[in-house]
Parts: sequence; C-alpha cells; structure tokens
Amino acid sequence: MKNLSRRRVLRGILNGTAVNVSLPLLNLFLNGNGNAMANGESIPLRFGTWIWGLGMNDVIFTPKKTGANFDLPEEIASLAPVQKHINLFTRFNTYKDAAPLMCHHTGWVILRTGMAPSLQQVRPGETIDVTVAKKIGSTTRFPIISATATGDVRHSYSYESENSVNAPEFSPVGFYRNLFGPDYQDPNAAEFKPDTNVMVRKSVLSGVLDETKSLQRAAGAEDRARLDEYFSSLRDLERQFDLQLTKPEPRAACRRVDELKGEPSAGIDTTQVAQRHKVMTQLMAMALACDQTRVFNMSYAGETAATTKAGYDKPHHTATHEEVTDPVLGYQPEVSWFTRRAMESWAEFVTILASVKEGDGTLLDHSLVYAMSDISYAKIHSLDNIPMFTAGTAGGRLKTGLHIQGSGDPGTRLGYTLMKVLGLDIPSWGTLSNTTSKEISEILV
Amino acid sequence: MKSTYFTPVAVFAILSLASCRAPPPPAAGAAVKGAAVATDQTTVIGRRLITEEQYLNTVAHMFGPDIEVIAQFAPMQRTDGLLSVGAAQAGVPSGQMVKFQRAARQVAAQVVSSGNVALRIPSRQDALIPCKPADATKADDACARMFLGDTARLLYRRPAPEGRVNQLVAEAAKAATLSHNFYTGLAMALEGMLLSPDVLFITDRTEPDPERTGQQRLDSYSYASRLSLLLWNAFPDDRVLKAAESGELSTAKGRKRVVEMMLASPRLEEGMRAFFDDMLAFDSFASLSKDPAAYPGETGLTLTAAREQTLRTIYYLLVTKNLDYRDLFTSRTMLMSPVLGTVYGVPTAPGWQPYTFRQDSPRVGLLTQISFLAVNAHPARSSATRRGKALRELLLCQHVPLPPPNIDFSALEDPKSPAKTARDRLTVHRTNPVCAGCHRITDPIGLALENFDGAGQYRATEKGVAIDTSGTLDGQNFGDAAGLGQALHDHPSLPSCLVRRAYGYAVGAPLKEDETQLVDHFTNQFAAGGYRLRDLLQTIVLSPAFYQVAPTPPENAKPATSKEANAQTQSRAE
Repeated sequence: MKNLSRRRVLRGILNGTAVNVSLPLLNLFLNGNGNAMANGESIPLRFGTWIWGLGMNDVIFTPKKTGANFDLPEEIASLAPVQKHINLFTRFNTYKDAAPLMCHHTGWVILRTGMAPSLQQVRPGETIDVTVAKKIGSTTRFPIISATATGDVRHSYSYESENSVNAPEFSPVGFYRNLFGPDYQDPNAAEFKPDTNVMVRKSVLSGVLDETKSLQRAAGAEDRARLDEYFSSLRDLERQFDLQLTKPEPRAACRRVDELKGEPSAGIDTTQVAQRHKVMTQLMAMALACDQTRVFNMSYAGETAATTKAGYDKPHHTATHEEVTDPVLGYQPEVSWFTRRAMESWAEFVTILASVKEGDGTLLDHSLVYAMSDISYAKIHSLDNIPMFTAGTAGGRLKTGLHIQGSGDPGTRLGYTLMKVLGLDIPSWGTLSNTTSKEISEILV
Repeated sequence: MKSTYFTPVAVFAILSLASCRAPPPPAAGAAVKGAAVATDQTTVIGRRLITEEQYLNTVAHMFGPDIEVIAQFAPMQRTDGLLSVGAAQAGVPSGQMVKFQRAARQVAAQVVSSGNVALRIPSRQDALIPCKPADATKADDACARMFLGDTARLLYRRPAPEGRVNQLVAEAAKAATLSHNFYTGLAMALEGMLLSPDVLFITDRTEPDPERTGQQRLDSYSYASRLSLLLWNAFPDDRVLKAAESGELSTAKGRKRVVEMMLASPRLEEGMRAFFDDMLAFDSFASLSKDPAAYPGETGLTLTAAREQTLRTIYYLLVTKNLDYRDLFTSRTMLMSPVLGTVYGVPTAPGWQPYTFRQDSPRVGLLTQISFLAVNAHPARSSATRRGKALRELLLCQHVPLPPPNIDFSALEDPKSPAKTARDRLTVHRTNPVCAGCHRITDPIGLALENFDGAGQYRATEKGVAIDTSGTLDGQNFGDAAGLGQALHDHPSLPSCLVRRAYGYAVGAPLKEDETQLVDHFTNQFAAGGYRLRDLLQTIVLSPAFYQVAPTPPENAKPATSKEANAQTQSRAE
C-alpha cells in the first residue's frame, strides 16, 4: 500500500484513468500479533466524551468501596456489565472562584475547559475534545464528530472558541447521511476509483483560500481571528478532498452500515432519547472503526435535561427542584429514575464500543472516553462531587475497573490526566482553583 | 470577545439631546478600534455570518424556490435577545465549513441540472444559464463569464472583483475540460463561489462621508445588504444593487424610493417572519414536543402549524392590515388552518384564512395563541413561570434574573399540601423570600394564562377547581388573559422593546447602555405614527444611525465636552 502514494493517485486522475486497487483479505489487514495494521501503523487511538445532565443522588450512586471491584449502588447497578471497562471518579470538585454560580452551566464548562465561565451568555472557550483533536484528529475525514440524543441542535458541549460551536448531529438519519452518505469511502472496498470532481473541487478551493488570505492580510486583530478560523476550516476541507483522492487504508473493524431510512420518533421521552442515543452510538462506533474520525462527542441529555417519563408531569430538570426527598429512601425517587435511565444509556454506549472487534481487542480498548455530568446534586446545583467516568484503556495505557475518590481535588485532574495519556505536552490545565498539574496516577499503567 | 461590529454609539447625540430644541437626529455609530483597513478609503467595520434562512432565501430568490437544500447550519448564539445579533460574532469551525460545502454542492448541481424529459422535470440550466455553450462538452469562457459574472454580483452583493471573475471562469474551464462537460465546470465554479468568505460573511464596509468631513458612512453596497437582510432576510436583488451602483442609495431621495419599493415587495413577508421568529425565540420549536400521554392531540404537525399561525397572523395584522403593533395582543383575529381548527375547535376553510373569535371567547391576542402557550410550557404541563418570563424578556425586553443556585421547590409537591391549581402551588415561590424576588415578576402574569394548558388548549378548571386568572402587570390589574393582553398593550415598554429589537436586528449588533436615547427617539417616532410596523422600519433604515459611522475616539482622547459634542451633533444634523 505504501507504494500507492497520493502523487501516484493524482497522476492517475490527471491522465484520465481511474486507479483500481486490488485489496488483500480482511484478515491480512493486521500484523501477526493483531495489535497493529499490517503496514506497521498502529491501530489509531481515539478520544471521546459523553455527558448526561443533572448529576446523581450521592446516597445511592457513590460506591462505598474504592479501588477495584467496587460495589455498584442501585443508581448505577446497570453498569455491572461494563464495570471492568470503566473507572468511576467521585469526590472531585469544581471551583467557580469569584465567578457566579451559573447553575447547570458552570460545572461542565470547568470539566471541559478547565475554566469557570463568567457569564451564562458567554460560550466556553476551547473544549477538551478540540484540544485533543489538534493532536490526534488531523488525519481523518472529520477532526471531530458530535451527536446529541435530545434531537436539539443547541445541545453542544464542543467549542472551538467562544464564537464557534461544533454543532452536533441531532437526527440519526442526518448523522448517517453525513457519515456514510455519498462522500463516504469504504476503506475496505475492493475497488478504488477517485472522483474527478473532487480533484476539481480541490482546485476551486484554492481560489477561495486565496480570497480568504487577502482578507486576512487587511483584517484588524479581532476580525482576523474569525478569518483565521475560516481559513483553517477551508484547509480542513481541502484535507478532506485529499483523503477522498487517496485510497484509504483498510480497516479490519470497519463494516458496511445499512442505510437508515426511518427517523426515530421526535420527542424527549426517555425511551425516545434512549433509542436515538443507541442508533447514534452505533453509527459513531462504526465511524470510528472506519477511521472517519478519532475524536467524538455524545450528549445523552442537555445540562437542564427536559427528558420526560410517560405518566409523570415533570421533566427531569423540573423534578430535581420540585420532587420531595423521600424521607425513608433518602433521595428523590423520580429524579433517580431519570438518572438510572442515563446510566443505562452510558452502559449501552460502552457496550457498543466494546462490541466492535478491532485487532486483538475492541474499539473500546483503543479508545478513551471521558464522561461527566454538569452538576452533582441538581436540587441545589452543587459543584462539589460532580460524578465522572472514563471508559477504555487507550491502547493499554490506562487501568480500568476502579473507583477513585478525589478528596476535594479539582475535577480538572481527570481531564489533565487524559490529555497527558493521549500525548499532549501540557505542563498544567485549568485556571485559578481549577489549575492542576497532577495526574491521577492510580489509573495509569 | 469584543464585537467588531458597527454599534451606533450615541455619545455625541445623547449629550445633545438634553438641550436640543428640535427632535434630535438619531445617533451615529462608532467605528470599532482595530477595524480593518480595506483600502485607503474604505474600512471594514463588521461581518455577520449568513444564517441558514438567509442562505436558503437567497438561493430561492436567485435560482428558484424549488431548489432543495438540506443545510443544517450551526445555530447562532442568542445575544441581546436575538440570534441574528449572535451572527456578528459567529465563526466557522470546520464542521460548519463542511455543511457550507455540502449546501453549495446541492445548489450548484441543481442550478445546472438538465432535467429529465421522461419524468417531466424541466431543465434548470435552460432557465438559469443565460447562454448556450458552443459545445456542451467543452469549456466556453464567454458563456461561463456571462453566468458567473452575473451570479457573482448577486452573491457578493457588489460588483465582483474582475480578477475573481477571471479566476472563476478559469476554474470553470478547467473543470469543464476535465469532466468534458461545460455545465459541470459552471457548477464547480459556483460551488467555489458559495464558499467565499465575502459571500458567507456579510461585510459592512464604510467610505468617507461627503456630508461629514473626515467621517465615515456605510458604502452603498453595505447599506443595500443591511436593508435587504432586514426587510427581506435575503441578499439584495438586481434592483437594489442597481440603486447602489448608480449612486441612488447615496442620496436621501434615492434611499427613500428604494426603501418604499422594498417595503412594498412580497418579500417583506420573509423578512418580517424571520424577525419575529427570532424575537419570539421560536427556534425552540425545532425541538419542541409534547408528552403524547398528556396531550394526545398535540402532534408535531400541530406545533409546526402553531408557529406558522403566529408568524402569519403577525404579518396579516401588522403589514397587510397595517394595525397598531400593540393590537397584536388584543386582536381576536388570527390566521387559521384546518390542522389548527380542530385544536381551537373552530370551523375552518382550506389553507390559511383569517378567523375572528367571538367576544366571549378566551382567545384574545398573541398570548393566547397555541404557539406562545405551548413553547413556553413544559412537555406535560403548563408553566406560569415560563410564560411570565417569556412575556417580560421577549416582549418587554426586561431581564428576569436566573434562579438562585441553592433553592428548594419541593414544597411544591408536598403530598400533604392541599394545593390543586398552579396558583396554589406557586404560592411557595411567591412567599419564599429566596424565590419571591423573581417569581413575583413572572408568576402573576403567567397565572393569567392558566386557562390554557401546556399544549395551549382551553380549560376552565384544574383538578376540579376553577382557575383564578386575575393578576397585575406592573401596576395594571386584570382579571383574565384578555385583561393581560390589554395591560400588555398599554405597557410603555411594549413598543420600545420592539424598537430595541428591530434596531439591533437591523444593524446586527447589541444595543449599548448609552444608546437608550436612540431607542427613545425611534420609539417617539413610532408612537407618533400610531405604532405602525412599516413606519418603524422606514424610520430605522432611513435614519443616519443606520448608515453613518461616528469617528473612533483616539486611544488617549479626552471625552468630548457637552459643548463640543453638541456642536458635532448639530453639524451632522445639518
């Protein structure tokens, strides 16, 4: 495959001939040990995030035992099948310092950017997925893919900057179309025929790049930042065109995805959200297996989740504030019902990634997923003890199956640890009280 | 990030207002520090990212309404009450660029499509390309130039630089040669054009103002774009661009003629629908759903129709009938469709027709339309708090503070509580000192709408208890939803809020604290004309504030004295 350089492909196109490539059988895609591609390239490392809204009920969520083989209280009992794949982090805090507490906004912004937001209206700066994508996401078709199970395009937790949101896919059919529609190149296809139109598109794009450059030259500082981003996005598009002109490396874990024809019913009933979440996770997993992206975000519910339960008149968020704490149980039973559904979907997310065989392990083994909520105890918007998880070993770099307690340490320690594991050269992460340069060593191999 | 957008700063005008004899001229805007110098004579003072609707409208105007585009652009950040103001800061991350590229591809492919005789699909290339190539399998620069030059002028909203057109023609030729298809070449060049930053960002450029020595105004093309985005929610058409090219838009008389022409255009409906959709925060409809167990009759179809009803009613009453803006909240007339007729329980005719409710009907004004009631409620129940908050923030431009972080509403659901109605339950909010500060300003308003459930359907009782809809709005008492509509009609902030939103929407920038005098000026004009929407639009777009730019104060300049400011304002007024 190495001999089929991009230059050769392009030369073939320019000479008016299609390049047809015979491919080896799937079982020859990997090396003898099954831990690397046959061409010597290692199986790619992926990073993802997963978020659910409205935290948890500490008394039935937090295990009594730390370390391995931790107990699974009733609110997270559904995690039993995936316990060996995950780590749970409790008793880590987020600190707003002098900034106001903006209820459901502050916590997730800190955990994903390291900084407390100063205003509800101000979008976060660069989120952790974007930071990671700069390191590991530059060679795939999509630097990042994001999806939300709520059906609401406004539910995004991925920001390039405060002015640039990475809007999530909110429709499973739309998600399918964008991932596996006409622009998709099956890496395992027997025949590779570059599209002449893509070559032309690339050429046309150079004119747009020139136009943008001339605007950049004349721009003031603030204007230039937006034009710089525009230029960078054009470059990403150009790179996508290059990828389409190049025979993709075969991917043993990649399978054909049947076309999605029917949209799951609209609505935010928990069953509808769970169904949308499952379908979109399946699509996301195959996009990863087919190396369409290496960075991904899934939101199960928005920060002020309006998810509903059939026959109960309060959406999840309203219930957190209005439901009476049961004096016998010691928690809000309806609120816990919603949290349990979220945990079921989290378990399903992990299961789906773990079900994709890849090399000598699974897609999950070559991934690192960072999951968090926006809040700890939603009734009072507590920023202390926001629950977090990881899933996957990042190619054997992380231990799993552990419950780690932070004793009030900044929750940013986890994000920092994960970025270090992924190879980012950063001395510290976060600002003010959320600053950390201390990895969570207990999970490091 | 500080906006680089043109924000009319009224410092000179404000200082002059206190002592002015005659009604003051609207304030002029200040250029932003650090703004780009486009040429020796012109300055770029802002860029707005095109919205999805503007893109689709422009495509429909240029190439026909039957062009189908799945765009799904990223939503803007609501800023100062408007998504459109967020467009002034929005960037284009790579995911959004991919969506622009996909949209461009869809548009270009359809523009050059040859149709299908067997399926009776007409050829768009015959209708949209103004010439025929000598040989459709080869490049034809002359024909390509004709199409690309005309198209570039409309998409760039100004004469496209000759170099750029030459480049597009060359790209079309290259693509035609590679594909052996002239039309494929055109499509590729059009795709590229639709990715241009000067197309997707609507740029405000200024030029020296000949009437104010040393100061700047929007150039005619930027003025044309601002006009068109406000009034039509699309790019300017050939007529408006011609007025810019001829210099007509540089004169007061010319501006008036063009504005009147645009206000008379049927495209005004698209513009006003977009504005009110934004102002009423109807973007929430995109993901709105109701619990089918609680409201089995409220389907996605109903909700879509409800949004449509309000937008059509607004246009019908305020533009077609030219009524007082405030009457929107007291009128018993709404546009009605068969889908909604079954929900409202009234007879309907096919299509959308005006329907006037009887005098004894509880349906009076916009607040009692299903759209407002349903979008500001929970999936399975009403919400007096959300409705009250929406009324305050969307219609009166008042700010309702966020709830305090440490709150406990569980008394609302105390099983021992005798509370039956929302009013009973919300007493907790209004008597708890932590909550009362905010809930006293939202709940009494929202409770007036409790005769309408979370789906906007009428009910006289809740859990068998008659609903008390009495309340007060900033000192004006009322007994029911109709009374609330009247109280809102009479509220002094109702028209000024519309003015504030319309002006922010028009210039694509949030208003600043020191611009209240400008809003007051427009509001006075609005009142003098009987609160007619067309008049307000005309006042705004013909005001100097809409096209003039105040000088940027030097970095270390001392603030102007009142005398100096008055003198400068007076000179601009003259």
